[in-house]
Amino acid sequence: MALPKAKEDALQARLAGLPALSGKGWLAAARGEALARLDAMGLPVRRDEYWRYTDPASLNAPEAPVAHRFDASDEAPPFDGMDRLKVVFVDGVFDPKASDDLTLAGVTIERLAEAGSKDIHWAQGTYGILEARGQTPVARPFAALNTAHATDGVLIHVTARAAKPVSLIYVHQSETSDAILHHCVKLDPGAELTLLENGPAAARFSKVLEVEVADGARFHHIRLQGRDHERRAVTHVFARLGTRSEMRSFTLTANGRLTRNEAVVELTGTEGRAHLAGAAVGDGEFHHDDTVFITHAAEACESRQVFKKVLMNGATGVFQGKILVKPGAQKTDGYQISQSLLLDEDSQFLAKPELEIYADDVKCSHGSTSGAIDETALFYLQSRGLPRRTAQALLVLAFLAEAIQEIADEDIAEDIRARLERWLARHGTKG
Amino acid sequence: MLEINNLHVKLEEEDKVILNGVDLKIGAGEVHAIMGPNGSGKSTLSYVLSGRDGYEVTEGSATLDGQELLEMEPEERAAAGLFLAFQYPVEIPGVGNMTFLRTAVNAQRKARGEEELSAGDFLKVVRAKAKTLKIDAEMLKRPVNVGFSGGEKKRNEILQMAMLEPRMCILDETDSGLDVDAMKLVADGVNALRSEGRSFLVITHYQRLLDHIHPDVVHIMAAGRIVKTGGPELALEVETNGYADILSEVG
Repeated sequence: MALPKAKEDALQARLAGLPALSGKGWLAAARGEALARLDAMGLPVRRDEYWRYTDPASLNAPEAPVAHRFDASDEAPPFDGMDRLKVVFVDGVFDPKASDDLTLAGVTIERLAEAGSKDIHWAQGTYGILEARGQTPVARPFAALNTAHATDGVLIHVTARAAKPVSLIYVHQSETSDAILHHCVKLDPGAELTLLENGPAAARFSKVLEVEVADGARFHHIRLQGRDHERRAVTHVFARLGTRSEMRSFTLTANGRLTRNEAVVELTGTEGRAHLAGAAVGDGEFHHDDTVFITHAAEACESRQVFKKVLMNGATGVFQGKILVKPGAQKTDGYQISQSLLLDEDSQFLAKPELEIYADDVKCSHGSTSGAIDETALFYLQSRGLPRRTAQALLVLAFLAEAIQEIADEDIAEDIRARLERWLARHGTKG
Repeated sequence: MLEINNLHVKLEEEDKVILNGVDLKIGAGEVHAIMGPNGSGKSTLSYVLSGRDGYEVTEGSATLDGQELLEMEPEERAAAGLFLAFQYPVEIPGVGNMTFLRTAVNAQRKARGEEELSAGDFLKVVRAKAKTLKIDAEMLKRPVNVGFSGGEKKRNEILQMAMLEPRMCILDETDSGLDVDAMKLVADGVNALRSEGRSFLVITHYQRLLDHIHPDVVHIMAAGRIVKTGGPELALEVETNGYADILSEVG
């Protein structure tokens, strides 16, 4: 079916604004296929089912809207002092001086921009492959656009237990930068990797992360999206999990004009485990959208989605989360919770939790709530001498606790809790 | 210590008068009990004194050591030395009991210009006090009041009182929902805190709590006012004859 003219025009305008990429090697072929997928679906519009709550206009625009960088030097950079391998991108451009040497025991790390021109590469079996699988039943045009136009990224092949975490650092400098990065991670059977990501990245950031987690492998992912107020981001995680493998992913989002974080996870082997969590806090011009799709395609897998948002002064939160249990995926244990704490009447939370189950012996639960802070609890704490703001911060952190508990590393969890506490102290709450 | 003069209070939302001219004076080290039928305004009095939203003071005053309480935020009243043991202690999921206690103790110390207690010192004090109230380490770790039995919640209130060392303690129907043993434990906890510089206002329906916490003065409250004041024998009279006689007597 041909695209409506408006969609076709929008797509052509967007593509015209992107730099031409050289066409050789395996990557050129993958890009070509992604472009064909994108041509067939076009860019999203508000009328599309999965874009009803989030306006894609500023993501569609040929040029990135201006976003001033935010000086976050009042607190230590995330993961400071942790022993990790740093890979730094400034406005989406690899910074060799700030990055570590890309050699690490148990891991091979290459840059997409360098490895892409080879004739044969392991990433051929991952790059754009998981993204393409994730295009049904829900189209994800920005992911296809990313696959077709990513300028760089890292290709990480984990063959054993990584000696230390790989830390991707995204620095935002230019007010009009429009960065597109695409990473692939392939974990061999029994391998383990912790991937850290932090920073606002660019005025507008598009990122895809494709992760293949083989049998018995473990992938931990922790991401902090920086503190820039004006930046925009559309990100996707596509993951495929094998037998008795594990994936844990946690995202902290504080500030940001527009954030759309999509996660598409497929549990394909028995007893796989996928935990996805996020904590988002926004004050004022803040729109945060978590769109999650977890497919149980094998028996006895466990999935958890824990997404919490704290919204004030007109901030908007969105959650679209689905658990699909395929025929035969018996003994599935699926859990989904999405909650928002609205600190005033101007903020809003829009949620669409979905369950689709084709097996009869499963345990799936989901819940979605939005509400104000509990005044009775607030009074109780105040009556014990806690100033109202301290009491409120304590209750907000308690609200976020379930999401933070999903972080496996306790030091990181404690650091993130402290960041949230400082954020709450900086952002005055009404009342 | 606590002085309440001609206190008139109505609900903010509806035009309903709850307290209709309460006069009460509690001296340092004294234990006063307020008894009265349901709806007489006993709990409202405790909430108004501790600063809960939803009430409007239309007339009168309440001072603690000469400081006007009714103008203060709830946390300022706490720092001034007022403590309310809740009839229904609030469950707070996600906030550990220990974190809560330490934050509260240190918030009050800070408000009074005192140095905050170190984690180690705090732990020592809280363990010792918890032990006398038969509160185990597990209860200290759990979220505030979540999953606590009725008795555990009330003991937790007394533990908070013991930690915060207030000068004026109000106990709002602390005996409700307690069996005899639990009530004795709570009463022992309160009695241990009795001292010359600390006063208590015990709100209760029944005489039985007063068998354990002996009051100096007993007040009967009805229709938003103190209608009769006497010694401990007044509580016994209520126990034997109910409120009807007293209420008809005061007309």
